[in-house]
Amino acid sequence: MLFFSFFKTLVDHEVTVELKNDISIRGTLKSVDQFLNIKLDDISVVDEVKYPHMSSCKNVFIRGSVVRYIHLPAAAVDTALLEDATRREAAQASARAKQS
Amino acid sequence: MADAEEGAASVGEPLDLVRLCLDEIVFVKLRGDRELKGRLHAYDSHCNLVLGDVEETIYVVDEDDEEEETVRTVKKQSEMLFVRGDSVVLISPQAPS
Repeated sequence: MLFFSFFKTLVDHEVTVELKNDISIRGTLKSVDQFLNIKLDDISVVDEVKYPHMSSCKNVFIRGSVVRYIHLPAAAVDTALLEDATRREAAQASARAKQS
Repeated sequence: MADAEEGAASVGEPLDLVRLCLDEIVFVKLRGDRELKGRLHAYDSHCNLVLGDVEETIYVVDEDDEEEETVRTVKKQSEMLFVRGDSVVLISPQAPS
């Protein structure tokens, strides 16, 4: 749930999504779900000449599993908060592991 | 597991090693002949990661006319990067020099 919550804080920010087939799509993050599927608005393909077949799309749904990277605006990320949240999540995970 | 060793600094399960790397420079090997070096800001049990000040190295094999293979490296920089866990092969605390 950590990254689901994290991406919800990044809604309406400009991100660049690099897919596993090497296409990079830049757009405004509009929504995200628990599988980290994402919806992007006002998209543009970074290497338009190499991948012209997407130029007719304005907004897209991207299945989470085909994502390799998401380039984020560093200014929109509170790294200290993120590290604390990661430690909390790790503590919860290990507590669950001990119970079972 | 309930011994005195247990605490924030102990390594019990494999991901605890990754936890100790938070806010440190890590080396990440990925599928598709890619490597990353950057500061670890977040991870989860799927090995999804967020890295800051990242340098990506891609190893590309070029084949010339005589079918000789040469390896070329492509480097890319990113200020903040989310990496999906299913591409991750390994995470190492010390970056190879």
